[in-house]
Amino acid sequence: MARKAADIALYVLIIVLAAAFVFPVAVVLINSFKAKFSINASPFTLPMGDDFVGLSNYTEGIKTTGFPAAFGWSLFITLFSVAAIIIFTSMCAWYIVRVKTKFTSLLYYALVFSMIVPFQMVMFTMSKIANVLHLDNPFGIILIYLGFGAGLSVFMFTGFIKTVPLGIEEAATIDGCSPFQTYRLVVFPILKPTAITVAILNTMWIWNDYLLPYLVIGRDYKTIPIAVQYLKGGYGSVDMGAMMAMLVLSIIPVVVFYLFGQKYIIKGVAAGAVKG
Amino acid sequence: MEKTVKRWFPIFVLPCLAAFLIAFVIPFIMGVFLSFTEFRTVTDATFVGFSNYIRAFTEDRLFLQSLIFTVKFAVISVIGINVIAFLLAMLFTRGLPGTNFFRTVFFMPNLIGGIVLGYIWQVIINGVLYRFGYSITSSPTYGFWGLVILMHWQMIGYMMIIYIAGIQNIPDDILEAARVDGANALTVLFKITIPSVMPSVTICLFLTITNCFKLFDQNLALTAGAPANRTQMVALDIYNTFYSRSGYEGVGQAKAVIFFIIVAVIALIQLYLTRRKEVES
Repeated sequence: MARKAADIALYVLIIVLAAAFVFPVAVVLINSFKAKFSINASPFTLPMGDDFVGLSNYTEGIKTTGFPAAFGWSLFITLFSVAAIIIFTSMCAWYIVRVKTKFTSLLYYALVFSMIVPFQMVMFTMSKIANVLHLDNPFGIILIYLGFGAGLSVFMFTGFIKTVPLGIEEAATIDGCSPFQTYRLVVFPILKPTAITVAILNTMWIWNDYLLPYLVIGRDYKTIPIAVQYLKGGYGSVDMGAMMAMLVLSIIPVVVFYLFGQKYIIKGVAAGAVKG
Repeated sequence: MEKTVKRWFPIFVLPCLAAFLIAFVIPFIMGVFLSFTEFRTVTDATFVGFSNYIRAFTEDRLFLQSLIFTVKFAVISVIGINVIAFLLAMLFTRGLPGTNFFRTVFFMPNLIGGIVLGYIWQVIINGVLYRFGYSITSSPTYGFWGLVILMHWQMIGYMMIIYIAGIQNIPDDILEAARVDGANALTVLFKITIPSVMPSVTICLFLTITNCFKLFDQNLALTAGAPANRTQMVALDIYNTFYSRSGYEGVGQAKAVIFFIIVAVIALIQLYLTRRKEVES
């Protein structure tokens, strides 16, 4: 009986906490239908009467920020960067584990080292180099993301490859597979769980990244975070209505992604931590 | 086999290596070099020794001020996030039905980007303060605690997932044996649960410490340093040194090197200390 009472108390606590976690998003959603001048003063009331403006915040926000294009660029950059990271870092990691030379161990330690370096350390020089090499476009930035994502991704792949027995690969070689065929037909399928984890961690980072794309391509191409920040403009006042609507539109893709991949995401994050 | 693989170097390693060199290695080396020079456009650098490092602290108090702000923020957030996340993880590993759903809810904020998070909390904090005639930029205290709350909201779910995985890895027979030996709940917590999840503690501390120190997007969106740069964290101060005033590029780069060294030293000390605890248990 006491145990049951304790369980009920715990449930109440959990529900209150969960409500506190959902509350901020709910507030933004409610305010996205509210007249812009009443958002600052009373964000916690429902939009009633004159305060209710329908979808006008959305149309206004989409017009100012060019949201559909931003969504497209975010999707393009995230998809192709994550694909490049999965393919090339897993190949690199396999090589590092299987070919033991001074060079591969140096490369490995350099990659691990890059994980703790703050972005500000390389921000200025990297954006200059990107500019000189004409990487300041949505295609070039994929290469930059590959370079920045390489640290964590190679680290996670090597951790897993070390546990893969060499025998299977040798059997494939004896059967006449080239190293590339061995990798593609034998090694990569085994790496799949790690590849999913790496893909999720990198998607979460690249989709939400603001400063890197802003510095490299921000003048000509806006991703979603850049579009949202763009609403704030210089020192002028912000259209809070449009801001709320854009926040909602930014959160929707994330929620959809989360609903579909929930199991993988939670497993991936936990697995990523164990390896780290 | 190693020899045949070696010949495939251009296909397996070169793409990743080239990207890594362009995006990280070369900019890093150039960054260290440029911190000892004065420059506007990288190519016009003239050597000035340590003067940028001195100017970083002497020209104005902004850098020191932002360092102190960041350290205070990180200490409070790291402790708060990890304690709450661990307690929640304990709660969610008791086998209560329906906890999976709540786990999902708690993790969600972590998927939302820093810029969006910043504006979400700006509205809420301003909404509360408005009743008292203030806004988040009225005092640095509001901005500070706003960032602390925001960071908790974002990271608790993430850390909770990692602690849950750690707690679930504890073999049942150890817990059973402890109970048979008459250990009470607190003894089990301190003698078994916490020592067993030390690998999770290591990674959670590492992630929270580095994320708190490197925080930029949330800071930019929530207060952008207002009022009067008093809520400016190190990353934002470096950004402003580079891009808001001309002639300070060298100083900005010197600040970035100092920032890098601080983050690296703290992260390595933390990894060393908590890893040692892992071995002991």
